[in-house]
Amino acid sequence: MTERTITFREAINEAMRQEMRRDESVILMGEDVAGGATLDHIEGQDDEAWGGVLGVTKGLVQEFGRERVRDTPISESAIMGTAVTAAATGLRPIAELMFVDFFGVCMDQIFNQGAKLRYMFGGKAQVPMVVRTMIGAGFRAAGQHSGSHYSVFTHMPGLKTVVPSCPADAKGLLAAAIRDNDPVIFFEHKVMYDEEGAVPEGEHVVPLGVADIKRHGSDATIVAIGRMVGFSLQAAEQLAAEGIEVEVVDPRTLSPLDENTILESVKKTHRLIVVDEDNPRCSMATDLISLVSAKAFEYQDAAPQAITAPHTPAPFSPPLEDFYIPSVERIVDAVKTAVNGS
Amino acid sequence: MAEISKEKLLEVYERMQTIRSFEDTAAGLFAEGKLPGFVHLYAGEEAIGVGVCSHLSDADFITSTHRGHGHCIAKGVEVNPMMAELFGKETGSCKGKGGSMHIADVDKGMLGANGIVGGGGPLACGAGLSAKVRGTDQVTICFFGDGASEQGTMHEAMNMAKIWKLPVIFVCENNGFAESTPASYHSASKDIADRATAYNMPGFTVDGTDFFAVHEAAEEAINHARQGEGPTLIECKAFRYYGHFEGDAKLYYTDEMVEDFKKRDPITRFRQRVLGRNLVSEEELDAIDAKVKNAIEEAVQFAEGSAYPASEECLTDVYVSYA
Repeated sequence: MTERTITFREAINEAMRQEMRRDESVILMGEDVAGGATLDHIEGQDDEAWGGVLGVTKGLVQEFGRERVRDTPISESAIMGTAVTAAATGLRPIAELMFVDFFGVCMDQIFNQGAKLRYMFGGKAQVPMVVRTMIGAGFRAAGQHSGSHYSVFTHMPGLKTVVPSCPADAKGLLAAAIRDNDPVIFFEHKVMYDEEGAVPEGEHVVPLGVADIKRHGSDATIVAIGRMVGFSLQAAEQLAAEGIEVEVVDPRTLSPLDENTILESVKKTHRLIVVDEDNPRCSMATDLISLVSAKAFEYQDAAPQAITAPHTPAPFSPPLEDFYIPSVERIVDAVKTAVNGS
Repeated sequence: MAEISKEKLLEVYERMQTIRSFEDTAAGLFAEGKLPGFVHLYAGEEAIGVGVCSHLSDADFITSTHRGHGHCIAKGVEVNPMMAELFGKETGSCKGKGGSMHIADVDKGMLGANGIVGGGGPLACGAGLSAKVRGTDQVTICFFGDGASEQGTMHEAMNMAKIWKLPVIFVCENNGFAESTPASYHSASKDIADRATAYNMPGFTVDGTDFFAVHEAAEEAINHARQGEGPTLIECKAFRYYGHFEGDAKLYYTDEMVEDFKKRDPITRFRQRVLGRNLVSEEELDAIDAKVKNAIEEAVQFAEGSAYPASEECLTDVYVSYA
């Protein structure tokens, strides 16, 4: 299997393309995922179609046609509910919800319907759907287009939640999500679409529920999510220059959560720092600290710390948003506090 | 149109030109990299916002959309703080916290642009309910796009407004596209206004590039609402010159469509109409153009000369502080 470098955007596109080739029950629907539906000058040559608001689905309509790559009206509830029962009756839909914030419009269809179907029906239904949705601050997109919110969906029983941190994982985890028989929410950080990385060209599946140690170290454990993994690796580089070796653990999937890899790392390093772009109350950050406190309490030599966004909506103005997003400097300081004492 | 005074004609012309100039300027600033974030421009739809809001006072309310600059200006929001908000400066309408998509000025009855398509429908009902319960004659205009008309929230809002006879006017700005998806595809209805029948409320489809058509339809609907007769749905068919957002390559437009837009330009049409009937002079309109140009240049200077907010401002204006 050869490797080459592609972007996060291309990796996601490639996962969908390969899974749609492999399994004709996989369909894609969402707002402008093809673009320009029924316009003569676009229908004739679908390469002129939008391919999603940031071009992530570009070219899929050319290969798979408009029966399988479907533009929708701006009707998020209908998109979500249609995906739920299309999944329950024989398809494997990928529903694109442009921004995670738009779950505010359509929460019932995922929270009360998709997430609960199998349980409420006594195990007699499966919902093999994927919701792909954009998260994250950094685009100056303000309060209704910048949230992370994966903690909310991890809290909901019945949903699997995936937050890739690099192109290879994005491809492999999305393939696994599409093949999974349960509803999976796949969170794509919008600032990462142009980030490049080595990605296997052929079939590449990263199982859900398996964390990845992105950097090995002995002095402290950083558990970081999504874009924060890259920030944490930068922090680790800086700290290594000062003789502090940090282990960076990427859970990759928040539900199911690979507790063992996280606990084993903390048992080795004796220090935990969680780096999470989501808001802090009732969050993955508090959940991970709770996990380690309960199951590896006696191994810790320092109080666990959470580096998160503040508990506010995302602000628009550049200096405010820069303040909102956890920084490499804050991560470095937290590790030093853990290692050296404050 | 005979009843529209010369003073009013000049005022609405100034509002429309202010919107056009603000938007063209914002497009240029965005292209220069001076405006952060997402910017959605209203140029081409000026006759709708101004045609409707020309009947309102500051006491009346509007809810808006992600394409909200025009609604703000039509409702009387000052351009200096608006422009500063687009730059994210502390002198902005929302202190830089909201940006283009969340400009609001509650004192002017402008209840916010909105980043959620269809988000404004239920919000308009709330302002309408408040006015009704408080016993005022305030009306609320809900501006929404053809895209938003496919959201469940708009159905819920129109039904509730009707059963409670709320003083709300639903103004659908049908610019033909929900982002890149044409209304001919995304809508099962030929005209969005046809849906009024289902809610048992008056519904009209008007040419949204004709100020006078919008003005007349809005007048009837607003009077109806002020008299306690409940909501109306007005669909205004128009177009937008710019893409869904700045940076959109507009692949879904053809050259023919763009040529057609120019022929329907609402400001050109207004000028031709009022000049053709000798209601105002060309010099008077040109003087407004010059005034507007200066005002927008000043707004840019004001915005560029203003400071960014301090970082810690991120933590204020919350309901519960964890700082």
